[in-house]
Amino acid sequence: MASLNGYINQRVLLILQDGRCIVGTLAGFDNRSDIVLSNCIERTYSPDEPVEEVSLGLYLVKGDMILLVGELDTELEASLDLSQQRAEPLQPIRYGPD
Amino acid sequence: MLIFSVFKTLTDQIVTVELKNDLCITGTLKSVDQFLNIRLDKISVVDPEKHPHMMAVKNCFIRGSVVRYVQIPATAVDTQLLEDATRREHASTHKR
Repeated sequence: MASLNGYINQRVLLILQDGRCIVGTLAGFDNRSDIVLSNCIERTYSPDEPVEEVSLGLYLVKGDMILLVGELDTELEASLDLSQQRAEPLQPIRYGPD
Repeated sequence: MLIFSVFKTLTDQIVTVELKNDLCITGTLKSVDQFLNIRLDKISVVDPEKHPHMMAVKNCFIRGSVVRYVQIPATAVDTQLLEDATRREHASTHKR
């Protein structure tokens, strides 16, 4: 069974349908993949400015909105210099061919 | 249900999942559930220059509802068997 069990109390990266990236500690989830994140931070990417981090606190994200939950490797995470990263923000999801 | 079973036979294969936001992620298929949510290990993003967002992510959970395609190795699936099975399933669910 694919499940979020192993991610509990881990730092995770959430990617949402509108392209937002949220990093937080996975406090809980249910079988609809609704997720509770504590100490979360939104990361805003932009092509010509450093990554901006906005503290959000405790969040409950509806499962419908979630694209992906990634477990963060804390060592690798610490070694990344976000101020040097430039990227287009992720696309929101789209259905049809256009 | 049939496709769920197909995915279960694909565990430990290397697959590429294309999401509805055009992000492509390659990794080892660890598990699948009834919603076709997917667990991938040892992931890499197909265009890491363009998508550095997931650099520190080694394994992930992908929601089944946002998957557009799953690219699977051709050797990992018996197409003839799958064709027969899908037709059988279709016939059995459309019986009157």
